[in-house]
Amino acid sequence: MGSTDVMGRTEGGDLRLVGLTKRFGAFTAVDSIDLTIPQGSFFALLGASGCGKTTTLRMVSGLEDPTAGQIFLGDKDVTDAKPYRRPVNTVFQNYALFPHLDIFENVAFGLRRRGFKSVKPQVEAMLDLVELGHLAKRKPTQLSGGQQQRIALARALINEPQVLLLDEPLGALDLKLRRQMQIELKRIQTEVGLTFVHVTHDQEEAMTMADTIAVMNHGRIEQLGSPAELYENPATTFVANFLGQSNLIPGTVETATDDVVTVSAHGRKLTLDAKRCRSVSGEVILGVRPEKVQLAVSEADVPSGFNALSGTVSDTSFIGVSTQYLVKLPSGEELSVFEQNTGREIQRPGSEVFVHWDPSQGFGLDGAQDIEAGAALDEEGAA
Amino acid sequence: MSTALLDKAPASEAPPEDRKPRRNITPWVLLLPGLLWLILFFLIPILTSVSASVQTGNFDDGFKLTWHWANYADAIKPYWRQYLHSGIFSVATTVLCLALGYPVAYFIAFKGGKWKSLLMALVIVPSFTSFLIRTIAWKTILADNGFVVRVLNDLHILGVTRRLGITVGTHVLASPGAVVCGMVYNFLPFMILPLYTSLEKIDPRLLEAGNDLYCGTFQTWRRITLPLSMPGVIGGTLLTFIPAIGDYINAQLLGNANTGVVGQSIENLFLRKTDGYPVGSAMSVIMMVGTLVLVMLYIRKAGTEDLI
Repeated sequence: MGSTDVMGRTEGGDLRLVGLTKRFGAFTAVDSIDLTIPQGSFFALLGASGCGKTTTLRMVSGLEDPTAGQIFLGDKDVTDAKPYRRPVNTVFQNYALFPHLDIFENVAFGLRRRGFKSVKPQVEAMLDLVELGHLAKRKPTQLSGGQQQRIALARALINEPQVLLLDEPLGALDLKLRRQMQIELKRIQTEVGLTFVHVTHDQEEAMTMADTIAVMNHGRIEQLGSPAELYENPATTFVANFLGQSNLIPGTVETATDDVVTVSAHGRKLTLDAKRCRSVSGEVILGVRPEKVQLAVSEADVPSGFNALSGTVSDTSFIGVSTQYLVKLPSGEELSVFEQNTGREIQRPGSEVFVHWDPSQGFGLDGAQDIEAGAALDEEGAA
Repeated sequence: MSTALLDKAPASEAPPEDRKPRRNITPWVLLLPGLLWLILFFLIPILTSVSASVQTGNFDDGFKLTWHWANYADAIKPYWRQYLHSGIFSVATTVLCLALGYPVAYFIAFKGGKWKSLLMALVIVPSFTSFLIRTIAWKTILADNGFVVRVLNDLHILGVTRRLGITVGTHVLASPGAVVCGMVYNFLPFMILPLYTSLEKIDPRLLEAGNDLYCGTFQTWRRITLPLSMPGVIGGTLLTFIPAIGDYINAQLLGNANTGVVGQSIENLFLRKTDGYPVGSAMSVIMMVGTLVLVMLYIRKAGTEDLI
């Protein structure tokens, strides 16, 4: 498996977690996770606070000992290796820059500890990469949050770790700076080509940056996939609610073929693409994203073959690029609709409308789960 | 009530010039008690000491300011042993306090958890007993038929310490070693407190970062914990060294005729000789200036302007 260097780095090293478990007393923070993170990927662990994502990261860095399970880097078992003997570095949530050292020495720290005689060229190159070369002589406290964040990144990256761990690296930054840093991080990852494992509770951040996202809930991985896959085909109500917004409608399967599943809900027949159905019998939950739904004033305006439900507009918010509606169904449930601003007439609250969508845009979930799972968590995390 | 309001009204409308003098007086009024205290109990005694150090005379005929600088020669030459003892005892005390206090402070700060406050209270509680009584208690601890002497004897350590000049004969009491023991015991809390304060402030995540960046336990301490605890090290050594160099109770109670320190000589000159005032004052001034210079050199060397 390629050559091995001093730090025990092996070429072609995927990060592999096998049955990784961490218990704190009776509480199981991480519950037997199996995960393979391919080398060179930008991987995000996404979940609400307390879901075990940070504990997973700390076990990979070696700062926390697993209760059970193994961690492999390439074909090397690093489960019991001390943190300072792992080719893994962390960008800490609060940056944890050394306050008694200047920026240059902070970045040079890892190289010096590994006995490098000359560190100047590497440090300068790294400071250039994060575009802060002019601050080399400053102390960390003299830097802004965004600058400290980039120094923390440089301090970890300079060691060319096999895996770089980022623990909510942008959590302390304001929204605008966060957007900027997201793009920056992505650029740097592409440039250096290292494996980045990024822990965050911000679904938008995870979607912007990561190639692959693992959504975690209660110490388990709820679903794993690319951002588009997770968004278009959530496997559970938790993922459907946590990643963006979803309209979830409970119903019963009437007929199911290899291509089409017909569900009866609210006294109407709604159809679904069978390939996007997780369950094809009994009680199901039909989901559709608000931006895929449109409004029509009369049933005649609904394109043929589309799913349609009738309701009353209960709230209208015009926000420029789109208009957000809440439409109350006769059963009392509310559906959310984002209609792009294409110049169409805006429906006032109280209008009778037909909510409709292309059947290929819906997804079906197993009916035996909490329809609200993950919905409140997202708001909590964003606050 | 209404008159008070009426009285106030014109004042608030008065032009700023009227209010200015009142504003300027306030800080002085607030400073006055402190300033008076300092003048009365710091400035005047120091000036009195300095002036007494160049006077001649005795209690019966009174003292006269004769600018007799030779007092300083008399304050140094016959007493060089006492200066040496004061220096050695205080430096040894400071070094031992640091060596004993650092691990204690480190343990309480990083491993103390919910017991932190209790452990720190245990460090301080002994100070609630009189300094004198605690020092006298060491006479019992170090007594010839006591536990300490017996153990040291059995381990054949007393022979080694005797050869090193730390203990005398088969005793521990009445030796330089006993004096330093008493001093370390008495000043240890002054070392632990500032050390604990600066260690406790260190974010444990910085130690994790060190661990992550290839530092083992010792390197993490050497490269991160120690530099960040330097303010505590400097504060603690100063708080130990300054009182230790002036201390003479320990030398008096736990030492012997050959462990005299400057404080004992000054006491003798002041209380037991009718014409000792000028030379005693000269010794006080020498100790004061000497300590000040040493402390300033130390602070400069340690580079605290960056840390404190």
